[in-house]
Amino acid sequence: MKKSVFLGTVAATTVLASVAMAQEGATLAQVMERDELNCGVNTGLVGFAAPDANGNWTGFDVAYCRALAAAVLGDPEKVSFVPTTGQTRFTALSSGEVDVLARNSTWTYSRDTDLALDFVGVNYYDGQGFMVNRELGVTSAKELDGATICIQTGTTTELNLADYFRANQMDYTPVNIDSNAEGEQQYMAGACDAYTTDASGLAATRAAFADPESHIILPEIISKEPLGPAVRHGDNNWGDIARWTLNALIAAEEYGVTSRNIEELVRSSTNPEVQRLLGTTDELGAMMGLDAEWARRAILANGNYGEIFAANIGEQTPIGLARGLNAQWTQGGLLYAQPFR
Amino acid sequence: MTDVPAPAHAPFRLSMLVNDQRYRSLTFQVIVFILVMAGAWWLVDNTIRNLALMGKSFDFGFLWSRAGYDISQTPIPYTADDTHLRASVVGLLNTLIVAVLGCIAATVLGVIVGVSRLSKSWLFARLMTVFVEIFRNMPLLLWILIVYAIFTEIMPPPNAYRGDDPAASMIFFDHVALTNRYTAIPTLAMTNDPGSLDLGARITFNWATIAFVVALVGGWFIRRAILSHAQAVQDRTGDRPVTWWKNLAIMTVPSLILIWVFGLHFEAPSLQGFNFTGGLNVSNSLVALWLALTLYTAAFIAEIVRAGILSVSRGQSEAAFALGLRPNRTMNLVILPQALRVIIPPLISQYLNLTKNSSLAIAVGYMDLRGTLGGTTLNQTGRELEAIVLMMLTYLVLSLIISSGMNIFNARVKLKER
Repeated sequence: MKKSVFLGTVAATTVLASVAMAQEGATLAQVMERDELNCGVNTGLVGFAAPDANGNWTGFDVAYCRALAAAVLGDPEKVSFVPTTGQTRFTALSSGEVDVLARNSTWTYSRDTDLALDFVGVNYYDGQGFMVNRELGVTSAKELDGATICIQTGTTTELNLADYFRANQMDYTPVNIDSNAEGEQQYMAGACDAYTTDASGLAATRAAFADPESHIILPEIISKEPLGPAVRHGDNNWGDIARWTLNALIAAEEYGVTSRNIEELVRSSTNPEVQRLLGTTDELGAMMGLDAEWARRAILANGNYGEIFAANIGEQTPIGLARGLNAQWTQGGLLYAQPFR
Repeated sequence: MTDVPAPAHAPFRLSMLVNDQRYRSLTFQVIVFILVMAGAWWLVDNTIRNLALMGKSFDFGFLWSRAGYDISQTPIPYTADDTHLRASVVGLLNTLIVAVLGCIAATVLGVIVGVSRLSKSWLFARLMTVFVEIFRNMPLLLWILIVYAIFTEIMPPPNAYRGDDPAASMIFFDHVALTNRYTAIPTLAMTNDPGSLDLGARITFNWATIAFVVALVGGWFIRRAILSHAQAVQDRTGDRPVTWWKNLAIMTVPSLILIWVFGLHFEAPSLQGFNFTGGLNVSNSLVALWLALTLYTAAFIAEIVRAGILSVSRGQSEAAFALGLRPNRTMNLVILPQALRVIIPPLISQYLNLTKNSSLAIAVGYMDLRGTLGGTTLNQTGRELEAIVLMMLTYLVLSLIISSGMNIFNARVKLKER
């Protein structure tokens, strides 16, 4: 009897605890108290989130986690990275295992509403593509009728793939895999003719191959995949912090604030928007429960959006992605940070 | 306990609920029951309220919405336009396929290994011991992954079968192709297709299949009638009529006629485009899962069979040998029937284990119930609680069915005491 009451209490408290988290301001308080940010990332996608030989996580999504940790906790190293698969990521977020999910997840209607997530913005505008071995002689996705295709389960790409092949009256056999690493292994072994995921993911995967040249990414992009960090519904304060950290990184690039000139700009900038961003006037940080220098620390952690892009996935890296849609709105891209005022 | 005569009509006091032996156990049972119920109510209430706080409801409406994803192995017709419910049923059927195949193969292999462990050949018996210990003592998941990895890495891709001088060639007279995706095997094709019986919901049975089932089941009953007639004649006259050619004819002639009528033949798979078509592609994930489940469970069944055989007294086999029975007839007619009484109860547990273990299928991308309802559907709809509850209930019902079916079988073979 004692045991069952005890177990019941434990189970009930667990359920209660998960609710406490969704309450206003609770996530920030928890992160502060823990003095560490739990950030859900990919299990390993070079360029976006992957541990290096020393176990240090690096990548485009990882940089966002570090910027957020720097803004909230003052130290970009105070992040605990939780690797999640396509299947476990949203459960990890809604159960409170992670405070924020930065795992190249697509912002979709049902995830925003039905899954009770809040996407705080888009950090990479992507689209789904196909990669095939050059030897196969395929030059277009329209030639993939009857092919076997490796696909990560529980992703939007799985649904897009089904829709695309139906729309083009083609057949395919799916090989369901759980993570990018597994997909890579199956693809390399020839267990599938084509591997499909977001084009950025394909580029990152291909960059890790011994002979990237012998694999081609087909020209068709079959979907819109706006990727961005997500938080739980219900804690709007935490959502604001996550959203404006991302905006700070994007705005910093627009205004020419980099990790190198930031100290100087704090002292000398005459641009009122830069002054507000860097906390020299107006105290924007206090409105979200942070100090005035939150954005300064976020930018200092890994640099602004452009610096992060260039260091992790840009054209100078093995992954070699062009800015394309991800250029600033002033450069013909889609990046457009809401004004800091 | 000494008998203390109680007063005939002692007035009932509340303290008697605890102090009086007659009421005490009942009192505590009532208290425990109330506490357990309160605990359960607390849990359910909390869950519902917290789901509401998170903006989620508890309803199974998602089962009727469009699934949107494809499944590689579909025992019943299924497309991405079907509902999540149908996808779940496809997953359940895939679970059943691997469970049934696994139970059959594990039983056959387990009995062979279990009997062989008691073999007089020292080397053979030791080899079987090694088999049992290796498979019993390593996690099943590793076996599944190892078998799958072997298939993926060693077999050639379908590409290798292409061209005038292919790197790989088909086996069994160009009828079977082993690839790193699937094993392409021939299917049965008919020149005179009688059409199909539509059961609704796009589930069809070919009339030819039904005809064969009727012929075989009917044949089996006729065979029983012939045998009992023969027995009756033997009991009456002492001469047993020759029945073997009748039995053979009953079991084969109708089938042969059906084969000829329908023009049944093998259709070999051929490489068209990226993959083999025309035959049946048995995916490696199914084979790997099936093989690993079989080997793993067979090791346990072998031990059960060995224990069962050892439980039959030595005197039984000595008596059988004294009557002049050969060893394998002794095993089949004397030892195994008695051993079955010990073997079957633990065997039920192994069947249940195998069925539940099949949910490890997700490791190799085999879309079973866990992969469809508990995987993609759960993930796309975000209905974790509903999907998990539904999955738990399904596995529970499945296990109870297997268990009760096997218990009925057990009741038939166990020692009948009259």
